Amino acid sequence: MGRRALLLEVGGTGRAQALHAELVRLREAGELPEVEEIVPAAATVLLDGVEEPGALARWLQGREFPGAAPAGTAAVVLPVRYDGPDLAGVAALWGVDEEEAVAIHTRTEFRVAFCGFAPGFGYLTGLPGELGVPRRAVPRTSVPPGSVGLAGAYTGVYPRTSPGGWQLIGRTDAVLWDVCREPAALLAPGTRVRFEAVT
Amino acid sequence: MTGAGVLEILRPGALTTVQDLGRVGLAHLGVPRSGALDSPAHRLANRLVGNAPGAATLETTLTGCAVCPDRAVVAAVTGAPCPVRIDGRPAPWGAAVRVPGGAVLEVGAARAGVRGYLAVAGGVGVEPVLGSRSTDLLSGLGPAPLSAGARLPVGPASGPVPWADAVASAAPGPPSGELVLPLVPGPRDDWFTPGALRALARGIYRVSAESNRVGLRTEGPALERAVRGELPSEGMVAGAVQVPPGGEPIVFLADHPTTGGYPVVGVVPREALAAAAQAVPGLRVRFVPLRR
Repeated sequence: MGRRALLLEVGGTGRAQALHAELVRLREAGELPEVEEIVPAAATVLLDGVEEPGALARWLQGREFPGAAPAGTAAVVLPVRYDGPDLAGVAALWGVDEEEAVAIHTRTEFRVAFCGFAPGFGYLTGLPGELGVPRRAVPRTSVPPGSVGLAGAYTGVYPRTSPGGWQLIGRTDAVLWDVCREPAALLAPGTRVRFEAVT
Repeated sequence: MTGAGVLEILRPGALTTVQDLGRVGLAHLGVPRSGALDSPAHRLANRLVGNAPGAATLETTLTGCAVCPDRAVVAAVTGAPCPVRIDGRPAPWGAAVRVPGGAVLEVGAARAGVRGYLAVAGGVGVEPVLGSRSTDLLSGLGPAPLSAGARLPVGPASGPVPWADAVASAAPGPPSGELVLPLVPGPRDDWFTPGALRALARGIYRVSAESNRVGLRTEGPALERAVRGELPSEGMVAGAVQVPPGGEPIVFLADHPTTGGYPVVGVVPREALAAAAQAVPGLRVRFVPLRR
């Protein structure tokens, strides 16, 4: 990708998560040639800020990479009031009542596949593909922070007020993004996440 | 801060922001790099006043700005050429100048190009956010765009001012006539028809007035897709030429999103992005595909 980056295609989100975790581990161990950014996404990992992409590509080709990401640390639990304006619509798309929709969401083990859209906005995988939902036909001009939304099979939590087209099923008081906190992002690629229903 | 002085904004112009070399290593959290769009001009301004390259400068847009230091400070204006005045008297552009305390330093409207850089010895000393003082207009990190009356701390000067008669610079200056953008094809050039790739190489594009720090938008022949459907989100880089559904290419600049779901037909090498940052709306754009 250009003269200073490599876009590694791995064919799936799980494999991208695994490759990302391994590349971060290799960097921490001082084994990875210098890169400025390691950016996982839906089916790729981007290495940006690479002085010699050709040499790095050869180095990568000579290595074995695990097919699955390590289990990682304990899950972050996000308390959610499941009272979002699109909960009924999502339940209808899933063919269940609202109570069961909440049960499905809270018993799913999620993982942050990648971030984007806004600082600290994670794309969480875990829901099966058949529970994917479309984005709203008309995005909302303002979605409040902490809103929990669905789009495709992803779940995401809005870190700050922004426009948004995801189907909103609830809201959390957890602070997703705080530049004065270390780390600023509550959810980073690889973080495991569970949602807990609260009233 | 260290009490090395304060710079008051008297006139912010169309858009004046604080910029340094940006936030590195946080793209995986969705944090754009940000930083000065014309990096060579930013670095030159810092060098002229004896700052390190990473010191924060003010990046102006088309109409310049006016500032007043509360005590004497050495300053330099680079980037888009423009008249410089100190208390109404002409002063040199592209050179270190001494601004007395309480004097008005006027950075005039650009004669050519878009972005000017005003460096002061010691740098603009606003509190860094995640390792950078840059204003990121996409995600709202760093100081807000400057408004009249804003007071910015000035850092302690790090070394003597060089007072050089002439300084070699990597800043290419504003493009005249047309903006030539070399393009390394891919990674998603195969998502477009051969005709689209010919149109990109031969077509006449113009810089859109919708351009901003996120991207240089172009108007011209729409690029026809060979692959329908949606590309899964993937990582983006500065210089990536993304093609949204409308088909008109966008060249990503410093505040670009870290991931995106529209195919990238090619990438403009970093060295060519300073010229893109200085391209005025309406200017002709020519993409020159390189060997991969």
